[in-house]
Amino acid sequence: MSEHITEIIIFTVLFLLVSGIGFVAARWRAPQDMAHLDEWGLGGRSFGAWITWFLVGGDLYTAYTFVAVPALIFGAGAAGFFAVPYTVIIYPMFFLILIRLWSVSHRHGFVTPADFVRTRFGSPTLALLIAITGIVATMPYIALQLVGIEAVLKTMGVTGSSMFARHAPIIIAFAILAAYTYQSGLRAPALIAFVKDTLIYIVILVAVLYLPYKLGGWGSIFDAADKKFQATPAPGDGILLNANNQLQYVTLAVGSALALFLYPHSVTGVLASKNRNVIKRNMSALPAYSFLLGLIALLGYMAISAGIKPLPGAKAGSSDMNTVVPLLFDLKFPAWFAGIAFAAIGIGALVPAAIMSIAAANLFTRNIYKEYLKRDATPADEAKVSKIASLVVKIGAVAFIVFLDPQFSIDLQLIGGVIILQTAPAVALGLYTRWFHRGALITGWAAGMGLALWMLWQIPNAATKKAHFGGSAFPLNKFWFFDTPKTIYVGFVAVAVNLLVAVLVTFLLRAMKTPDGVDGTEADDYFADEGDPRVDKSVTTVETVSST
Amino acid sequence: MAELESPEAVPAERKKRTDHSPWNWLLLIPIVVPLLTPLYNHDSPRFAGFPAFYWIQFLFILLGVATTSIVYRMTRR
Repeated sequence: MSEHITEIIIFTVLFLLVSGIGFVAARWRAPQDMAHLDEWGLGGRSFGAWITWFLVGGDLYTAYTFVAVPALIFGAGAAGFFAVPYTVIIYPMFFLILIRLWSVSHRHGFVTPADFVRTRFGSPTLALLIAITGIVATMPYIALQLVGIEAVLKTMGVTGSSMFARHAPIIIAFAILAAYTYQSGLRAPALIAFVKDTLIYIVILVAVLYLPYKLGGWGSIFDAADKKFQATPAPGDGILLNANNQLQYVTLAVGSALALFLYPHSVTGVLASKNRNVIKRNMSALPAYSFLLGLIALLGYMAISAGIKPLPGAKAGSSDMNTVVPLLFDLKFPAWFAGIAFAAIGIGALVPAAIMSIAAANLFTRNIYKEYLKRDATPADEAKVSKIASLVVKIGAVAFIVFLDPQFSIDLQLIGGVIILQTAPAVALGLYTRWFHRGALITGWAAGMGLALWMLWQIPNAATKKAHFGGSAFPLNKFWFFDTPKTIYVGFVAVAVNLLVAVLVTFLLRAMKTPDGVDGTEADDYFADEGDPRVDKSVTTVETVSST
Repeated sequence: MAELESPEAVPAERKKRTDHSPWNWLLLIPIVVPLLTPLYNHDSPRFAGFPAFYWIQFLFILLGVATTSIVYRMTRR
């Protein structure tokens, strides 16, 4: 432990600094009345271009991404680089789709994607399904942020062997996080994101300039990786794609992009911005993070070139791939800079974890509590319930990591990405068309979920010796009508079937003259911008008056 | 007369508002091009040590930035 003392001190100091910022954030751009869900859960819907850039960047590119993507490259090579096309194609999609969600939410005061679906299709049941899907998909994602912190702590040697000693640091970290999120709401991650992203940019720029110099240049880094993959018996790895995994690469990039903007936490980040132009401008500025992510991914090859051996995993005989990047930093950087790098990853986990827990809490409050438990909840009630729900969500995430094998969270996150995609017909297409029947969307969702879970169940993983839930690359020959070794992304197939079922059932229900829900939105709502005269501010105004 | 007309005039103006624009079609380029693996799944030519697979995909990021910037400027109200 003593050899890591400089790293531990720097990590702790930066962590405490950020925690202080988290608590102070409640007073930053302070509203007259914090007891309103728009204030606690969406930062007053007032963020400009800069804050949105840091917030959404810090939200989408999580600590887990920073640790897991290079780990994937380290293990499989080119297939892990899907993160780059994935984060290229997502912004034009945001541009076309999420901007409409912002407008219609601004006009009607929606806080969650399920709020939109409820009003658009007049179906609380469909909204409930969307909300539950969102919560279930988000929970393991929060748990995985802890995996990111744990990878760093393990490398610094601060994790003991007993169950309590192993988890005490992350329990403390999450307790602090829970406290300031409770107090400051979305303002906390927004303010912390400035520190987090600055640290990450510094660390990565130094890493990609300094490490290749130490390792003999980029050419020899790629050559070392190539040599390693040539030597392994696994057929799917290599520094280029092969004939069988290109379809998987492409469908995974598209599927992940679609899934990412359906995740409740992305929607929360976008709804917090103050007008349409802020979002549009960010679509050109956010790819800076994609560039960063591409460079981070290549740290996996640097780890190969530097001869890194991952630390042992939770189970005997397994190895924890997520430790390769922290180990690389530990080996090649001076201790003080490794400490900064570790702090960047650790703090990097806090921003998305806070936003995700707020997003999940908002879904619970708006689409379960207000819908089914207390119809006449005031905005102040909503804020109170959401704050408590955010605590429960974080305790749940910690319990996941402490009591279950972390592999379980990784499996669940994989499933989460696939199931959140099943909300695409209702949420994403719903922003463009109301043609689908609410009953058909529910049927399609059920079909897509069923198929997705069946397909994931069928996938083994040779490396971890698992028979089920071994990954998201589905061998096409498991469908009886294909005879090919090619693989495809599960979510992509499932959402295609979901859509097909939704179309067919819509025809069927129309033919049977089953009544449609009432559409509470107008065509014009999808283009509403800041200062729209029809936005109902009366609720906020009343609250503000009563509290002052 | 003027009083009768004004409530009519507002919705009429609102109805015209839309986000449809031919410029939006440009956004298809950065969605489709990164998915064409034959374009970039090669080792050579290398650039500064990077195999083509990697530096070409980094270029796609710039392609995305360029198209979204153009569409933003052209559709700004």
